[in-house]
Amino acid sequence: MSITIHDLRRRESSYLPGSAACPGCGATIAFRIASRILGPNTVYVVPACCFSIIQSTYPRSAISAPILNFAFAAAAAAASGVQRAYKFLGKDVNVVVWAGDGGTVDIGIQALSGAAERGENIMYICYDNEAYMNTGIQRSGATPMKAITKTTPTGKQEMPKDMPMIVAAHRVPYVATASVGYPFDLANKLEKARKIKGFKYIHIFSPCPPGWDFPVEKTAEVGKLAVDTYFWPLYEIVEGKLRVTVKPRKKPLKEFIRMQRRFDSLKDEEIEEMEKLVMEKWNFLLHLEKSERVF
Amino acid sequence: MVEGDWDIITGNHAAALAAKLARVNVVAAYPITPQTTVVEYLASFIESGYMSAEYIRVESEHSAMAAAIGAAAAGARTFTATSSQGLLYMAEVLHWAAGSRTPVGMAVINRSVGPPWNIHVDHQDSMSQRDTGWLQMYVSSNQEVLDTIIMMYKVSEHPDVMLPFMVCLDAFVLSHTFMPVKIPKQEEVDEFLPPYRPRHWALDPSDPMSFGNLTFPDDEYQEMRWSIDLSMRRALDIMEDVAEEFSEKFGRYHGGAIMKYGMSDADYVILTSATLASEAEVAVDIMRDEGIRIGLLKLRSFRPFPHRDLRENLQGKKGVIVVDRSISFSSGGPIGTEVRSSLYDITGSPPVINYITGLGGRDITYKDIIAMSKDAIGRISTGRLRRPYYWYKLKPEYQRVELTEEVMS
Ligand SMILES: Cc1ncc(C[n+]2csc(CCOP(=O)(O)OP(=O)(O)O)c2C)c(N)n1
Ligand code: SF4
Repeated sequence: MSITIHDLRRRESSYLPGSAACPGCGATIAFRIASRILGPNTVYVVPACCFSIIQSTYPRSAISAPILNFAFAAAAAAASGVQRAYKFLGKDVNVVVWAGDGGTVDIGIQALSGAAERGENIMYICYDNEAYMNTGIQRSGATPMKAITKTTPTGKQEMPKDMPMIVAAHRVPYVATASVGYPFDLANKLEKARKIKGFKYIHIFSPCPPGWDFPVEKTAEVGKLAVDTYFWPLYEIVEGKLRVTVKPRKKPLKEFIRMQRRFDSLKDEEIEEMEKLVMEKWNFLLHLEKSERVF
Repeated sequence: MVEGDWDIITGNHAAALAAKLARVNVVAAYPITPQTTVVEYLASFIESGYMSAEYIRVESEHSAMAAAIGAAAAGARTFTATSSQGLLYMAEVLHWAAGSRTPVGMAVINRSVGPPWNIHVDHQDSMSQRDTGWLQMYVSSNQEVLDTIIMMYKVSEHPDVMLPFMVCLDAFVLSHTFMPVKIPKQEEVDEFLPPYRPRHWALDPSDPMSFGNLTFPDDEYQEMRWSIDLSMRRALDIMEDVAEEFSEKFGRYHGGAIMKYGMSDADYVILTSATLASEAEVAVDIMRDEGIRIGLLKLRSFRPFPHRDLRENLQGKKGVIVVDRSISFSSGGPIGTEVRSSLYDITGSPPVINYITGLGGRDITYKDIIAMSKDAIGRISTGRLRRPYYWYKLKPEYQRVELTEEVMS
C-alpha cells in the first residue's frame, strides 16, 4: 500500500509555522514530509547544519518533536545512545538523525559508519544540499564536480562521494536515495524504512536556492529535474537488493545544470562530458538491479 | 569475587564493579591502555548476565561520550572510561555533556599525553580538561575508586548539581595494581543510590522539548554558564553530605572535597592528590618522627575547587608544599597556581612552594616527598622563595640548565 496525497494530508507534520529557513528551502520540504510519516513518537538528533537554525532559535522551536542538538561529528553516536537508553528503559520511540551532507559524508562519517556497522536501530536521514550551507556555502564531500562554492570559486575539481553506496556496503537492511522533487517516492521510502528494525539510511536530494543560485519558487522543479536528467537517480536497497524506484524518460542534463548558477563555469562541451558520467552511473544501477545482492 | 566480602582486585576492576553496583543502564566505551581492562570487565559482566546494561561498542572516544550523553538525555544512567588521548579526543563532547547537564559518569585512568608515546601516569590529560564543566575527583586507593564512583553518581545526579563527573585514578599505580577492596552488597548500594530519574529535562515525545537551540548574546547563554558554576560550587557541600552518608552506611570515609591527615598541629602542609597523597602520608609520618610538624591535605576534588576548605585549613600555616603531576607550561602546576590564587588575599596567607614532578610516570615515592618538603621548608626559613614553581627530579644535566635559567619572579 503506497502513500497517497490523502495519507500525507491526514498525517500531522512536526514542522510548525515560523521557522528560520530561507524561502524555497528544500530541506524543510524534506522534513515536512518525513515528520508526517515518522509521526509524533519520534526524537530527532541534529548535528550542526542549516537545521540548527531552521528549527528556530532559543527559546522558540518550529519543530513540535523533541530535538537533541548535537556536536557536528557525532550525531549517529548520540542517536545510538538515545536509542539504547530507550531500549533499556523499555520505551518504543523512533530515533532519527537529521543531518546535512557535511555532517554525514565528511565530519560525521565515522560515527555514522560505526552506528551502521553495529546495526543500531535508528534511522539516519541526510538532507543533501550538496555543500556546507550553514557556514555560507563551502564545498563538502557531497558537492558535485564543477559546482562553484566559496571554497571552490572556479568549480569543484573532484567527484562527490557515493554516500548511499558507502552505507550500503555496511550491509544495513535499508538504504535509499530520494528527492524533494518526488515527494511520494520519498514518503513511501520513509514508510518502508520506518517499519524495518536496524539501521536505515535515506539520502534526500534537497535543493537550496541561495546555495545553488536559482529562483526560490523552483525548488521542486530542480528536485524533479535532477531525477529526470538522471543526475540524481532514485533507488532503494532492501536487504542488499537494489531497485531503481523511478525510471523517468531521460531529459538532457543541460536543463538541470542551466537552472542553477553554481554550474556557471561549465561549458556546453563539459556538460556533454558530464552526461557520459551520468549515463554510466544510470546504466550501472540498472546493471546492479539485476543482481541478487549489491553487497 | 563475592559482594559483601573482601577481595584483592585492581583499580580497573574496582571501577567496572562500581558501574555494575551503581546499576548503570548504558555503557559506551572504547579501549585505550591502561583503561582497556575496564571495558573488558564491563563486557564480561554484561555478557555473563552479572550486570544488566546496554553496551555500545563505539568506534571512538568522541562517539563514546556522544552516546553516553544521548543515553543520559533519554533518561539512562551511563558510564564510560578512558585515558589520555581518548579523553582529549572527547574534548568537544566533554563540554557538551556538562552544557546539556547530563550526569554522565566516567573513570579516567590518568596517563601521559603524547608525543612521545607514554602509557604511564601523570595528570596532564584530565587537568587540561578542567574547564569543561565536569566534576573531577582524584583518588588514592582501589577502595576509593569503587566507593567514589558510587558516591559521585549520587552527587552528580543531585537536582542542584546535574553535572557529569570523572573519577581519576593513576595509570598502573592503581589501574593494574591489586589491593584489598571491600565489595559492597548490591542491596546496600541500591539503598544508598536510587535509580536515576531526570527531573529537569529528558528527551520525551510525550513532553517534547528541544535541547541546545541557537542562542544570541542577549539570551541566557551567560546565565547557563553561571548556573554550571553555581551548581559546581553547590556540589562541594553535597559531596561532603554524600561522603558522610556513605560512611554511616558502609563504614568508610575517604573525605569530601579534601581529606586531612595530621593537620591539627601542623606548621607546614603538603598538598597533593591521587597516589602521591598516599606517599605523602608515609612522608608525614616519617617527618613527624623527626620532629617536623607537618600535615597533609589531600585534594580529592579539583573541580569543584574547594576554596573554603583550603582557606580554612591553610590560613596561618608556615608554608604549603604543593606537588603537581602536570604542568601548565610557563605558569606552574595546575593545583599549585590555584592554591596560591585561593590563598593570596587572606590574612595569614602562607607561602606556597609548588613542585612539578612525576611526569610520564617517573616514580615519586615518600622519599621524594620528604626531599621536596625539606627543600621547601629550607627555602621558607631562609626566604629563598624565588620562583613560582620548581621542577623536581629532572635528570641532573637538565636540572643544571633549569637552575641557570633566569629567575622568573
Ligand atoms: C567541529 C565543528 N567544525 C565546524 C563547525 C562549523 N560548521 C557548522 S555547520 C557546518 C556546515 C554544515 O554543513 P552540512 O552538514 O552540509 O549542513 P548544511 O548547513 O548544508 O545544512 C560547519 C562547517 C562546527 N559546528 N563544528
Ligand atoms: S541555505 Fe539552503 S538549505 Fe540552508 S536554510 Fe537556506 S535554503 Fe535551506
